[in-house]
Amino acid sequence: MNVALAKTDTGTALGEAFALARPRLPGGGKVANTRQQAFEAYERIGLPNRRIEDWKYTDLRVLMRDVLPLAPAPDAAALSRAADALKLHAIDGVRKLVLVDGVFAPKLSDLGKLDAGLTIRTLRDVLEADDAALHAKLFALDAANPMIALNSAMMTDGVVIAVADGTRLAQPVHVIHIASGGLPAAMFTRSMFSLGKEAAATLVESYICADDAENYQVHDSMVIHIGDGARLDHVRLTEDSREAFNISSSAITVGHKAHFNTFGMNTGTIVSRYQAVIGIVGEHSQVETNGVNLLNGRQHADTTLVMNHVAPNCSSREVFRAVLDDRGHSVFQGRINVHQPAQKTDAKMMTRALLLSDEAEADNKPELEIFADDVQCGHGATTGALDDSLLFYLRARGMTEKQAQALLIQAFVGEAIESIVNDDLRELAISAAERWLAARA
Amino acid sequence: MTALLQVKNLQVRVEEQEILHGLTLTVNAGEVHAIMGPNGSGKSTLSHVIAGKPGYEVTGGEILFKGEDLLDMAPDVRSAKGVFLAFQYPVEIPGVTTMTFLRTALNAQRKARGEAEYLVPDFLRKVREVAGSLNIPMDMLKRGVNVGFSGGEKKRNEVLQMALFQPSLCILDEMDSGLDIDALRVAADGVNALRSPERAMVVITHYQRLLNYIVPDHVHVMSKGRVVKSGGKELALELEATGYAQYEDVAA
Repeated sequence: MNVALAKTDTGTALGEAFALARPRLPGGGKVANTRQQAFEAYERIGLPNRRIEDWKYTDLRVLMRDVLPLAPAPDAAALSRAADALKLHAIDGVRKLVLVDGVFAPKLSDLGKLDAGLTIRTLRDVLEADDAALHAKLFALDAANPMIALNSAMMTDGVVIAVADGTRLAQPVHVIHIASGGLPAAMFTRSMFSLGKEAAATLVESYICADDAENYQVHDSMVIHIGDGARLDHVRLTEDSREAFNISSSAITVGHKAHFNTFGMNTGTIVSRYQAVIGIVGEHSQVETNGVNLLNGRQHADTTLVMNHVAPNCSSREVFRAVLDDRGHSVFQGRINVHQPAQKTDAKMMTRALLLSDEAEADNKPELEIFADDVQCGHGATTGALDDSLLFYLRARGMTEKQAQALLIQAFVGEAIESIVNDDLRELAISAAERWLAARA
Repeated sequence: MTALLQVKNLQVRVEEQEILHGLTLTVNAGEVHAIMGPNGSGKSTLSHVIAGKPGYEVTGGEILFKGEDLLDMAPDVRSAKGVFLAFQYPVEIPGVTTMTFLRTALNAQRKARGEAEYLVPDFLRKVREVAGSLNIPMDMLKRGVNVGFSGGEKKRNEVLQMALFQPSLCILDEMDSGLDIDALRVAADGVNALRSPERAMVVITHYQRLLNYIVPDHVHVMSKGRVVKSGGKELALELEATGYAQYEDVAA
């Protein structure tokens, strides 16, 4: 009865969309059952709203209103538009894995000469195959989160990547999600990246679109395992269209003596939410997360990070920056959970917001839950405008107001981009920031 | 010939308080003028108003630069036209390397004047040449603007910009503050090298000491928002002996 009451018109429409999409969704038997359960879990809550604490600042019933129907598989024209979009964002020296409208596009991807120890499969193949253990890992994301449940129900494709023990990948793996334009639609993807013991790799995720793509929805998820002694460098760049939605979730587990360095930057979309749960399950491991939101117009971007310190002697650093113009709205919810065995945890979280307009908004919600007694945990936040004395100095040297602002914004963002180790990827991030600044000028 | 800078009966307020009460000053190309005066006489206000710093309200008078109304121009426009203020306290800008700052500024000025922007290799050659003449190591230019610079390095960085931008009017605001005698000499040598028949300088200082190194053609004494006495370089020495007290009486 309650279920029926909670259903909005949207819910009903989506039920039909799910029924219609089912023949296209990979995986039978147990996978199909799990999808059905996930869809029911989603339907019980529907689009999350502000009455759910975790979604307080990002009320999808207001912002998103409805879930669009599943995007059709890309035809030749869509693939050709995607190939054009790729030109601006593709860089040399990486292995590209491209998903167009939520479907893996082998012709746009680099599948040749795989390094020894690297395997790449599509999500479709994995779900169609009889591999219960791998399926369990893929479905390990938090099923109580309605957007993850929806993603579990609807996911059509993705890439499942494994790097064997001891393998150090020379080339970064670049997963690129492209929306090809066409009718408003939603794409549902899930990927997985497993890094074996003593392995090392760089993973880049980009979200881009064809020139004429406007209104669409990206529903993505990522499962990452970092083995003992392994190191993963991770970069995530969201440059979706200014009318697009991007709701992405990830679950990361970090093993013993492992290192996870992640950088995320959002310059696109009208509404986005990136929710990540990082579990540090092995001792003596290290996690660094750096995030940047560059927002103007009416853009809304929410980053929600949960850092679970399960094992002792680990450190985590979270530095999150936002540059906000016009009515831009940035949300950062950072939660650090230190479990009882996680003694000697060193966990810090910092947010810095730069407000360029009186109407911009930055919401920070730090939460610390500590059950161990010998730990160092802290959080801090600053919010401010560009320094007038610095602006005047630059203008007195000939720079226009916009140029002076741009230089100071670049400096602010640059400190975060510095955390990217790979030179080419740092350049990729800088050019994304420059595109945002250029569009502003 | 039109004077390079004409300040006519300038009246300026800051937050309801009048700081300059009708200041008049004429500076011709090729001349070096010193403006001296006690603290609070309005010396720095004058330099800020000429450069276009926000927060000052001009309630009367005018400033002409090469015959054009300077007060009507944004700070960056003034800079492109050749006005340069060497700051008393140059700001630190973490995250922006000096090199990027110099190139962005120089190209912004050139673009505003309708000149071609420098490409990176040409710019580097030019900076290397100018920095070399001022004994500024290139490593210093790879650091954030003025970040971790000593007082002397900050002032040398101001002189470097002057040498690079080649402005026609340089205003040096208390260049000697915070400098020991060696650092002062280095900075002054850099300034003297830029003296030319096309360029004028206005040296603002509290102490006569700086004027031993940058010898002025004209000296003006400011008190309470006005120029109360003008003369040749000997006026500075006279002030050193007698102090400012007598001029404060004149202004009152």
